[in-house]
Amino acid sequence: MSPIENKLPDGVLVTSLDTVINWARRSSVWPVTFGLACCAIEMMATGASRYDIDRFGSGPFRATPRQADLMIVAGTVNHQMASRLKLLYDQMPEPKYVISMGSCANAGGPYWEHGYSVLKGVDKVVPVDVYVTGCPPRPESLLDALLNLQNQVIKKKTIGRTRKPIVVEGA
Amino acid sequence: MDPEQEAANPAAEYAERLAERLNERFAGVAVKVEKEGAGDPWIAIDPPRIAEVCRHLRDDPEHSFEWLMCLSGVDRPPDTIEVVYHLHSQTHGRKVVLKALLDRENPRVPTVDPVWKMANWHEREAYDMFGVIFEGHPDLRRILLPFDWEGYPLRKDYEYPETYRGVSNKP
Repeated sequence: MSPIENKLPDGVLVTSLDTVINWARRSSVWPVTFGLACCAIEMMATGASRYDIDRFGSGPFRATPRQADLMIVAGTVNHQMASRLKLLYDQMPEPKYVISMGSCANAGGPYWEHGYSVLKGVDKVVPVDVYVTGCPPRPESLLDALLNLQNQVIKKKTIGRTRKPIVVEGA
Repeated sequence: MDPEQEAANPAAEYAERLAERLNERFAGVAVKVEKEGAGDPWIAIDPPRIAEVCRHLRDDPEHSFEWLMCLSGVDRPPDTIEVVYHLHSQTHGRKVVLKALLDRENPRVPTVDPVWKMANWHEREAYDMFGVIFEGHPDLRRILLPFDWEGYPLRKDYEYPETYRGVSNKP
């Protein structure tokens, strides 16, 4: 029993600002379109009506990184694409998340040993929040990764985070 | 090959006949006719004259090879790099395979880009993968790999780079 129980009018509830912000962020994780190979087909299936990623608020696949919160790296990343991937990631506004979808994006996949031009894991270039196994992963796996990401988002602190004091060297 | 078998192999017979016709017109241009191997029979052409032979094969109504189906490279250490030309004639319904056998240390051959426009990208790919220099090509740049890539990956003695632009290439 909290001391303010039953003292508020109907329709008013009390929570922390972080919870509200995280609830909003979690419920509208907009991905940037980043299909590179066969995983992209499964990603499209995830977006289509049978699996319907829109149920979790991630329906709007944006064609520009500036309107996106999440980059689903779906497919084989080679060195030439890696520089573009980094560029697009840098253009996304904070907070931003990355799902590495499938074996290729996780660790180079079938090209892990002899693929001279393939990046051996997208985490060599950008930080990854969730890895999805599979070659390619089924849509259920990608949805599970999204829910996993949402559970990570809900634990983050924005207002309540402790900032480290800025120490100026030699001052 | 005994004569009965040879008669049953029209492609080999045609390659033989075409080589003779070419030698009549360009003395000694058809260096060798290979009919024994597992694949299609092929004619080895004297490399510096490949472009004029191809132009003749395209324009002469006797041959009418309007279409270059494929242009590819093959590395055969220790001495040779081959450039393979697959030609097709819509008019006569015929196919023929030409090869230019090049020195592996300094593989150079005239471009056939002015003869068939589609040779442009194929020659760029052969340059990208094998380092074959196509003399007179209007735009001989790498086509698949990044422009600052070192080495020619489909050569048998190619060694994988350990890093590319500071990103590790190890599994």
